[in-house]
Amino acid sequence: MRTALVLLLLLALAAVPGSLVPQEGRQPAQAADFRRRNPDLAPLLDTLGFFDVYSSPWFAAVYLLLFVSLAGCIVPRTVQYVRTLRARPPAAPRRLDRLPQHAVWTASADRGEVLLTAADLLRRRRFRADLDVGGSVAGEKGYLREAGNLVFHASLFGLLVALAVGSLFGTTGQKLVLEGDSFTNTLTQYDDFTPGTLASADSLQPFSFQLKGFSATYQRSGPQRGTASSFVARLNYSKSDGGPARDTLVEVNKPLEVDGAKVFLLGHGYAPVVTVRDGKGDIAWQGPAAFLPQDANLTSVGVIKAPDARDRDGKRDGLGFTGLFLPTVQLTQTGWASSFPATDDPVLVLTAYHGDLGMDSGRPQNVYQLDSSRMTQFRKADGSPFAQALRPGDRMQLPGGAGSLTFDGIKQWASFQIARNPSNSTALWSAVAMGLGLCASLFVRRRRVWVRAEAMLSGRVRIVVAGLDPGGTDRTAEEVAELAEELRERFPALKAAESDVKNLEPLPQEQK
Amino acid sequence: MSNAPLADQNLAQLANWLMYSAIAVYLLAFVAACAEWAFGSRGPGMRASAASPAVRAAQQTPVAPSRGRTRSAAVGGATGSSTQVLAPPATARPEALVTGTGDGPGAAGGSPRADLVGRIAVSLTVLALLLHFGSVLARGLAVSRPPWGNMYEFSTAFALMASAAYVGLLAARRPVRWLGVPVLFSVLLTLGLAVSVLYVDSAQLVPALHSYWLWIHVSAAIISGGVFHTAAVVSILYLVRDRWERAVAGGGAEGRGAVLWRRLPSSQTLDKLAYRLTGLVFPLWTFAVIAGAVWAEAAWGRYWGWDPKETWAFITWVAYAAYLHARATAGWKGRRAAVLGLVAFATFVFNYYGVNILITGLHSYGGLPTN
Repeated sequence: MRTALVLLLLLALAAVPGSLVPQEGRQPAQAADFRRRNPDLAPLLDTLGFFDVYSSPWFAAVYLLLFVSLAGCIVPRTVQYVRTLRARPPAAPRRLDRLPQHAVWTASADRGEVLLTAADLLRRRRFRADLDVGGSVAGEKGYLREAGNLVFHASLFGLLVALAVGSLFGTTGQKLVLEGDSFTNTLTQYDDFTPGTLASADSLQPFSFQLKGFSATYQRSGPQRGTASSFVARLNYSKSDGGPARDTLVEVNKPLEVDGAKVFLLGHGYAPVVTVRDGKGDIAWQGPAAFLPQDANLTSVGVIKAPDARDRDGKRDGLGFTGLFLPTVQLTQTGWASSFPATDDPVLVLTAYHGDLGMDSGRPQNVYQLDSSRMTQFRKADGSPFAQALRPGDRMQLPGGAGSLTFDGIKQWASFQIARNPSNSTALWSAVAMGLGLCASLFVRRRRVWVRAEAMLSGRVRIVVAGLDPGGTDRTAEEVAELAEELRERFPALKAAESDVKNLEPLPQEQK
Repeated sequence: MSNAPLADQNLAQLANWLMYSAIAVYLLAFVAACAEWAFGSRGPGMRASAASPAVRAAQQTPVAPSRGRTRSAAVGGATGSSTQVLAPPATARPEALVTGTGDGPGAAGGSPRADLVGRIAVSLTVLALLLHFGSVLARGLAVSRPPWGNMYEFSTAFALMASAAYVGLLAARRPVRWLGVPVLFSVLLTLGLAVSVLYVDSAQLVPALHSYWLWIHVSAAIISGGVFHTAAVVSILYLVRDRWERAVAGGGAEGRGAVLWRRLPSSQTLDKLAYRLTGLVFPLWTFAVIAGAVWAEAAWGRYWGWDPKETWAFITWVAYAAYLHARATAGWKGRRAAVLGLVAFATFVFNYYGVNILITGLHSYGGLPTN
C-alpha cells in the first residue's frame, strides 16, 4: 500500500512537466519555438525527455512499476476474496458485549428458536447467515465492496491494454481537401500519416469521400465578433466495399464513421483560384491554391508555383508567388491584416519571383513554402520589390512582360483527421467497469453482525446482538439497533434485565 | 444550433444584477457568520470547558495515547446538541448521539445570542444561494445553453456548487455551521474574481463546445469541484484543530486560538467528514474525466492526448486517489493524508486557473483576451 501510494505521487509528479513544456508529438511548432527561445535549457530538457514526456522511458517506468505493484496487490487479494466467499462468515467473538455496537437483554425463550429466528431475520436483511451449534449466529454482508475494489483495479489494466493497443495498431492521418476535390483512404493520399508501431498500411480501408462544400458562420456583433458559431463540411462518401454514395454533414463534434475509421473536421481555410500566364501568354498554372490561416481572422499565407512557365523567348523560367490572403482586408500601421474571418472584402496580396523553383531536384519540398534560393524577386522601376493587392477579377501584370496572374475567385478547403483506433471499445468498457467498481468499493459497507443466545437458569436466555463495521460508519449502529429491536419484539426483555442499546463511537478501524 | 439567436440582453442584464445582489447578501452572511464566532466566545459551552482545563487534560490523555490522537470527551459533550442547526433535539438522528468524541460546541459556543446570529447567517446564505442560482439560471437562459462556457460562467457555477455543498450538508442535518466562515470566504473570493477579472458579456459558444457533452462533462466537474472545495476547507480546519489538540494533550498551553479551535468538532470528526466528502465525490470526478475522454474522442479523434487540461485532470485524479489510499495507510493517516487532500485540491484549482490562463491547449475557451 505504501509503495502504491509513493508511486501514485510519483506518477502525478511525473505528469507535470509534459503540461508545462510543449510536447513534440502534440505541438511540434510550439516545441520548436520553445527550443529557439531557450537554447541553453533545450539540450538538457531533451536529454531528460521533457519534450516527449508521455512516451519517455522514465514515465513508462513509473506507471509500469505502479502496475506491477498493483498486480502484486490484486492477485493475492482476489485469492483471499474467493476464499472469503467460500468460507463461512467468521464466528462470533467470545465477548460480544465488548463490541462498540451491541444490545443485550434477557428473555424467556428457547435458545434454538432465538437463533433460528435471528438467522431468518438476518437473511431477510440479505445477510449471509451461518448458524453455529455453539449458540450463535454469524451474519456478513457487503461483499460487493471488495469485489468492486478488485474490479476497479483490474479494469485499470484494461485501460493500460487499450492504450497500448491504440498506440500499436491505431492510425491517424491528416488531409487537406479543397471544395470539389476527393480523398481516398490510401497511404499516398495523406498529407501527414502517423501509423501505430505495428500498424500496416494494408489496414487502411479504401473508402473515399468528396468535399462537396464547406460553410462557416461567424458572430457578426457583440464582444465575440468574429468567433465562429458553426463549421459544416458537406461530404459525399462511399464505403470501400462499393455500395451507393451517400451525402453527410461533418461538424466539429460530429465525425463521420465509415469502415471502422472516423473522419473528423480539423480546420478550414481559403484557397484563392488563380490563373498564371507566362511570358508567351500560355497558361502556366491554374487552379485553387490552399492558403494556411495564421490567426483567428484567417489572415492566410500561401504560395503559388508555376515551375514550367516560359519567358518571352520561350526559355524555361519558373514563376513563383508568395503572399497573403485576407478575407476581410484591413490596412493597419503594421501592414496588411484581416479584420473578419468571412470573405466580406477579400484581397490577395502577392509578390513574385522567377527562376528555378527547385522542384526537379528530387528533394521533397513543402507545398506551402517557396524555395526562393535560386530565384529572383521581380522589382519595380524604382528598385523596390514588386507586389500588388488583388481583388477577385483583378489581374497582376509582371514587370518586363514576364507574365501575369489573374485572381479568378475563392474556394474553401477543409482539413480532416482520419483516425482508426481498434481499442476504443476496450477503453470505454474498462472505464465503465472502473466507475462501477469504484462506486461499489466506496459506497458498499462491509459489516458483520452476530447474535448469541446463552441459556440461563429457569428457561431464560441472554441475547446479545452486536455488529462490527471496519469502516466505522454510523449506519451499522442503526442496523444493529434495528435488528435488536425486531428480535426483541419476538422475544421481549424481562423486566429486571439489562436491556439497553448501547451506541458508542465505533472504534476507528481502517481497512488495510 | 448554429443559428442560435444572440444573447437576450435583458436576461443577461438580470443575471448580472442577481449576481451583484448575491455577492452583497453573501457578504452580509459572512459578517453574520463572523459575528456568531465573536459572540459565541462567551457562550456557556465555552465557559464550562474553559473552567476546567485540568480536568479535560486529565480525561484526554488516557484515551488512546498510543495513537497520538486525543479524544477530548469532556469538551462540549453536554452541549453537543446546540451544534445541531435546523435539527430540533427531538429528531436527533443516531449520528448526533455519537458525540462523545469531544466535538466542540460549534461556532455559537452555546450562547443563545450567538446561535441566533448564526441562524441569521444561515438564512442569509440560503437567500444568497437562491439569488446566485437565479443569476446562473438567467445567464443560461439568456444564451440558451449551459451557463458554463467561459471562465466567468464556470467560476460562478463552481462557487454556486461550493455554497450549495455547504447548505446541502446543513439541510442534511449535519452540524456544520462552523464551516460557514471559510466557505463563504472562498465563495466571495471566487465570485469577486469572476465579476472583476474574468467577466465577459454573454455570448454564443465556439463550435468546439456545441455538444451535449458540455452539459455532462462540465457539470460533473463543477459539482466535484464544489464538494472537493468543502472537503479541503474541512481538511484545513482538521489540521488546525489537530495541532491544537496535540498541544493540549502534550500539556502545553491552549494558546490564543483556543477560543476558536475549542468550538470546532474533534479532529477525528473533521478527518472523517473530509474523507467522506472526498469519497462521495471521487467517483463523480472519475466520471467527469471519463466523460471528457469520450467527448475528446468524438471531437478530436482520440480519447486521451495529454492536452494540459487532460494532464491536470489526470494529476488531480491521481492525487485524490493517493489521498484515499493514504487515509488507509499506516504512517500516512491523519495529518499527512490531510495535506495530500489539500495538494489534490490545489491541483484542481491550478487545472482551472493555471491551465486556463497560463498554458495554451485545446481547452482554451476561457474567453479572456489573449496577448
